[in-house]
Amino acid sequence: MFIAAAIAILVVMMLALARALMGPTVYDRILAVNMFGTKTVLLISVLGVIAGRADFIDIALVYALINFISIIAVLRFFEYADERKAEQES
Amino acid sequence: MRDLFAIVMLFGIYSLLSAGFFVSMDAVDVALTEAAVGAGITTVLMLGTLALTARTEKRKGHGPLLPLLVVIVTGAALIYATLDMPYFADPDAPAHQHVAPRYIQESGTEIGIPNIVTSVLASYRGFDTLGEVVVIFAAGLGVLILLGVAGDRRHDASPSTMQHHLVLRVITKSLIPLILLYALYIQFHGDYGPGGGFQAGVIFAAAFILYSIIYGLNSAERIISPAVLRFLMAAGVLIFSGTGVAALLLGGNYLDYDFLAHDPVHGQHVGILLVEFGVGVTVTAVMISVFFNFSGRSNARQETGKQ
Amino acid sequence: METVVNILSWAFLLAGAFLGISGAVGLFRFPEFFTRLHAASVTDSLCAALIVLGLILQSASLMLIIKLVLILLILTYTSPTAAHALAKAALHGGLKPVPDGEGEPSSKS
Repeated sequence: MFIAAAIAILVVMMLALARALMGPTVYDRILAVNMFGTKTVLLISVLGVIAGRADFIDIALVYALINFISIIAVLRFFEYADERKAEQES
Repeated sequence: MRDLFAIVMLFGIYSLLSAGFFVSMDAVDVALTEAAVGAGITTVLMLGTLALTARTEKRKGHGPLLPLLVVIVTGAALIYATLDMPYFADPDAPAHQHVAPRYIQESGTEIGIPNIVTSVLASYRGFDTLGEVVVIFAAGLGVLILLGVAGDRRHDASPSTMQHHLVLRVITKSLIPLILLYALYIQFHGDYGPGGGFQAGVIFAAAFILYSIIYGLNSAERIISPAVLRFLMAAGVLIFSGTGVAALLLGGNYLDYDFLAHDPVHGQHVGILLVEFGVGVTVTAVMISVFFNFSGRSNARQETGKQ
Repeated sequence: METVVNILSWAFLLAGAFLGISGAVGLFRFPEFFTRLHAASVTDSLCAALIVLGLILQSASLMLIIKLVLILLILTYTSPTAAHALAKAALHGGLKPVPDGEGEPSSKS
């Protein structure tokens, strides 16, 4: 049953990747990367429980935090870029 | 595609996939480092660079055919080379023959910590790790020298633009202590599970970077000032090499931890603890410094652009 | 007791997988950014919670359970926040939700 869950998560990751490559606006890409990250955390947790080792979950935990931080950083980057563009135009 | 931002995002996904490969190959420490560094800090720092430079690549003089050819030829040569390599996990492979069996067999008795990766990294190959720490220190120095020591910046009087992001501020306020605690756990748990100085340093730095992103650079610099960071960068390397010198003074070779305590196994434990601590301190300080520097420059450019 | 736990965890994992896939299909096929955001983030948070709950019911050692609980807490804490931040940034950047039909991004691509 874990295999089924793992395969489902992999399918979701493929779809998210497709959206990351095609998304017309940049926010689509950010959304897709965020989803990819969360699914990676889930995938590593599933692998960890399958293997019965608690160490894998450490990696998943680190990645969950890092994913959150990089999404916030990306959005902040956009705020800066927009403000600079607005100032240059005004 | 020439949109550099999309490329940075794709780089993040690629690092993630590599971390997945490492996990499937049962290399947990490497996967941890790859996830923390490759997918997190590198993305943030590259975005900082993009904020300082441009968003799209300049049109190149030549078409894409030549690079494609080079990549195909190199890739084909590499694949041809791997055909000759021994099978994965083959016990007769040369990589597993000479020192590896000794490390694996003797690590338990000589050093006595469960995580063999840490024992190899910090004790058997301590010199390599010293070199790595010095490289990170040099990188931090390079950034400071090239981008200015972050002292010539007018403090922006405008309030932080994240002032109105109430949800984010509340969430990060409660999340940051937990991240710091987790970083400490990874630092000192490196003896027993995946972890160690490098990963812990990156996570520590990530907590401070998160604070700096949400609350603005000035608040972050009041908490941990650039002068303290410069001191910490050097202090980490000092702790590491100091451990080696202490071993020298106590009668052994440089970085021979056996002499640091009353019996060799305890000496090894003490040595590994100190060395990993030094690594963690330097990595944290360098990452935070680099990020502060990038943000400071981007603020300064905004200021001069306004005036 | 064993079978109840097994059936429960099966149910959680299946529900989580189904939600995840439907969220991804929504991400792939919805016409406009805000609709995709809604599909992706809502299903993402719930899918993650359900799958981790299913894993908790199946894990062998106490250490594993504690760490999975931590992951559950962190994901529940940060996924909705990230979605909120994304929506806010998109609005701030000029993207407007269009009730019917294709959305028109104002300046980005």
